[in-house]
Amino acid sequence: MSAPILEVKDLCVSFETEDGVVRAVDGVSYELHRGRALGVVGESGSGKSVSSLAIMGLLRTPNVRISGSVKLNGQELVGAGEATLRAIRGKRIAMVFQDPLGSLHPLKRIGTQLVEAVKLHEPVSRTVARARALEMLKLVGISDAAGRLDAHPHELSGGMRQRVMIAMALINGPEVLFADEPTTALDVTVQAQILELVARLQRELDTAVVMITHDLGVVAELADEIAVMYAGRVVERASNEELLAHPQHPYTWGLLASIPELDGPPEERLASIAGLPPSLLALPSGCSFYPRCPHARPDHAERVPALADAGGGHLVACHLDVAERRRLWASQAAAGVPEALR
Amino acid sequence: MVLLVSLLTFLIFSVMPSADPAALRAGRAPTPALIAEIRHNLGLDKPLYVQYGRYLERLVTHFDLGYSFRNGTGVREQILRRLPATISLVLGAMVIWLAAGIAIGTVSAVRARTKLDRALMGGALVFISTPVYWLGLVALYLFASDIGVVPIFKGADSYVPLSQSPAGWFGSLLLPWLVLAATYAAIYARYVRSSLREVLAEDYVRTARAKGASERRVVVRHGLHAALTPVVTLLALDVGTLLGGVILVETVFNIPGVGRLGYDAVLHADLPMIEGMVLFGAIFVIVANLLADLAYAFLDPRVRYA
Amino acid sequence: MTATPQEQALPGGVPVGAATDVAAPLARSPRQLVWRRLRRDRVAMAALAFLAVLALVAVCAPLVVRVLGLTPPNEQSTTALDAFGLPTGPSGAHPFGVDNLGRDVLSRVLYGARVSLEVAVSSTVIALLLGTAVGMLAGYYGGVVDTVLSRALDVVLAFPVFLLALGMAASCSTASGCLGGVVKPGLGVVVFVIAFASWPYVGRLVRGQVLTLRRREFVEAARGLGFSDARVMFGELLPNLSGPLIVYATLIIPTNILFEAALSFLGVGVQPPDASWGSMIADAISRFDSAWWFMVFPGVALLVTVLAFNLLGDALQDALSGR
Repeated sequence: MSAPILEVKDLCVSFETEDGVVRAVDGVSYELHRGRALGVVGESGSGKSVSSLAIMGLLRTPNVRISGSVKLNGQELVGAGEATLRAIRGKRIAMVFQDPLGSLHPLKRIGTQLVEAVKLHEPVSRTVARARALEMLKLVGISDAAGRLDAHPHELSGGMRQRVMIAMALINGPEVLFADEPTTALDVTVQAQILELVARLQRELDTAVVMITHDLGVVAELADEIAVMYAGRVVERASNEELLAHPQHPYTWGLLASIPELDGPPEERLASIAGLPPSLLALPSGCSFYPRCPHARPDHAERVPALADAGGGHLVACHLDVAERRRLWASQAAAGVPEALR
Repeated sequence: MVLLVSLLTFLIFSVMPSADPAALRAGRAPTPALIAEIRHNLGLDKPLYVQYGRYLERLVTHFDLGYSFRNGTGVREQILRRLPATISLVLGAMVIWLAAGIAIGTVSAVRARTKLDRALMGGALVFISTPVYWLGLVALYLFASDIGVVPIFKGADSYVPLSQSPAGWFGSLLLPWLVLAATYAAIYARYVRSSLREVLAEDYVRTARAKGASERRVVVRHGLHAALTPVVTLLALDVGTLLGGVILVETVFNIPGVGRLGYDAVLHADLPMIEGMVLFGAIFVIVANLLADLAYAFLDPRVRYA
Repeated sequence: MTATPQEQALPGGVPVGAATDVAAPLARSPRQLVWRRLRRDRVAMAALAFLAVLALVAVCAPLVVRVLGLTPPNEQSTTALDAFGLPTGPSGAHPFGVDNLGRDVLSRVLYGARVSLEVAVSSTVIALLLGTAVGMLAGYYGGVVDTVLSRALDVVLAFPVFLLALGMAASCSTASGCLGGVVKPGLGVVVFVIAFASWPYVGRLVRGQVLTLRRREFVEAARGLGFSDARVMFGELLPNLSGPLIVYATLIIPTNILFEAALSFLGVGVQPPDASWGSMIADAISRFDSAWWFMVFPGVALLVTVLAFNLLGDALQDALSGR
């Protein structure tokens, strides 16, 4: 296996507020290889967005503390100077955000914004940049690309705007693309199109993708590897097939079980995970899922479970041992994992 | 709209005063016969709506604003003659207050919540709370070349029209410009600060940073671009209103502008003059409003579709 | 909306779309929450304290003058003038000095506080009442009523406020007053004029708020329960308006103080021999190069008072919007 293009080790992001220290990201580690897609799944507050913003150096408030190591092709990003990070942002690592209407400058034309993305990193003429912009628009599947270059964001539909965002992110051929909930604000039909687009571009441009979402359906489609985050930590990480077929963390079980089935019996109640995510100001001392875990034992609250290999590169952070987890899952699977995910 | 404005003006000046306009015009020791004659001449013995009709007619056909009580010359002529001075004052101050206000507001917004920001905004508040004319007097006291403690600028009464001597004109207006600009710069600084802070929190600013743009570029090319749009409309309104008569500053510095004219008129209860000025002022404001709307549509493409 | 203190009628940062959403807290009423937030701001508390003292002094001005042993404000005195008949500066008997007619500046400043506060508060109250009434009716009933009322608002707003006020004041400044002698020159005129100039802003603000509030469910619920229009307006809408109205009031009062001072400065406000900070400054024009005290003190008084109100208003706005 070649060296990973992005290596994250023990990333911690905390905010010092007047109410205390908020530990948004508490020791996240993962690796991403060229041309592969990692899906990061978690609910709001799990730290999935914050971790990627931190990696890109987009967390700008004076009260933020970032520690750990993030290596892009061997180059350390944590603690790097602003000039270095700026050269990397938009050129080697790019990001697509959730709300395409809000994320595009309302008063500037699409073409102008795309050209800017190019000229920030390469000393080319406007004509050349514009030609590249046109090419990208066609690549992302926008009809009448030439006409759209002079349009303003509000003249386009939601799906088209997201395509423009993707075009803008990929225009400089970045090695890594972070996609933060790119489809959440879109209609379901458009969602599928965008995901397809991302998958296609990933293959064509050999870009590594980190897809951040709360929607398991999205990652099931797209990701080669899936990492599940809870309360600022990665609790499980495995390849797509392995995780969905043999999940080993109680939280993951909860997530999978809570997906309603289209063809299940109509009277069946929606399963949900009892309780609420912990406050990031006061994380529990031991396993952070302990308060909500139906299989927890009192001694789990004493130590934080480390992310350990449960066999074949499947990493799990749980105090229950492997055999027990497999047993518990087997009994649950008998009750039925949603078809859509298999 | 202009119609309504003229109606209101008419009401205020012809209907409201309880004093008899004819008596006012008749001079010092009028005899009843004289008053009656004047009344007849002015058509004051006709019913109100007829009076208004005639007023309107004169207004529209000749843009005739009547004659001043004081010296009998046309109101319109006097206003037009004084307009250039007012325009010089207002536009010059505008340039200064825009530059200062935007600069200060931007710095404050970017360094929000630091000591610098607090100091700047505190200072702005002080200037907003200061009566303009008092500031003018203090400025004269301190800096006027004839009486000031630290003579730098030309004092009051020194106004010279542009056509006569550009250098003199410029020098005489410096202090008034600064005084007038001070209050407005403070207001605009506060406004720009809050507008810019709002904009800088928007998603598209985050996108610009994600593209790798420098902070300077983000603030100026992306942030200010969006934040200044409402400022432009505000500017149109402010300038429109000021052109109607910067009475206070003109009085303090004795600049022969439209405002000063108004002040004199008030002192002598020269109602037609005041009436004319009010109408003039209102028209300026209405035109400014229109320009503001147009400017906004031009600057913000989203509005054009509405 | 435009913004200047004197030439128009609004200071910078007027909250046209002021926050009405004070989220319901768990245990405390919104009012208490706002008060708590306000208490934390030391500058605002200082401003509030200052204003309280000022109000007290203003109300008890005659008493204060007597207690401090100052000469009454309108008493001219040739003995206080120096050998050349020129006013004397700050001294033991006259802490703020004496003006060109030998009147004690300090007591005039104190009485001037009375005038300023009286005028500002009463004109603001009238403007609020009128503006709220009109705005409420326009916003609630909509349709023709709204169109007519809004037009009226727009017409008044089209005038450069200061000029308008000036004009109105001039109309009323002849001996017989205006409106059939109802409004006579002096304090009455000033209050009337300022109120007239301010109410459309309140009207517009209220109308906007009412339009938004009207769509909310609690209004529909109230009407569904069969409440009469009046009951809905007073019982449901008005309480929700109190937040922005209070903020608006604290921002408009300083403007009106400056407004009155400007009018007095130009001679159409408070008439001599009554003391008003504005007219005191006007009196000082001819003399200020040699006798700085009777220009400086009233000006400083104005500055500090208006500043205090502005600080308080700002802090109130912050507290209400939950920052």
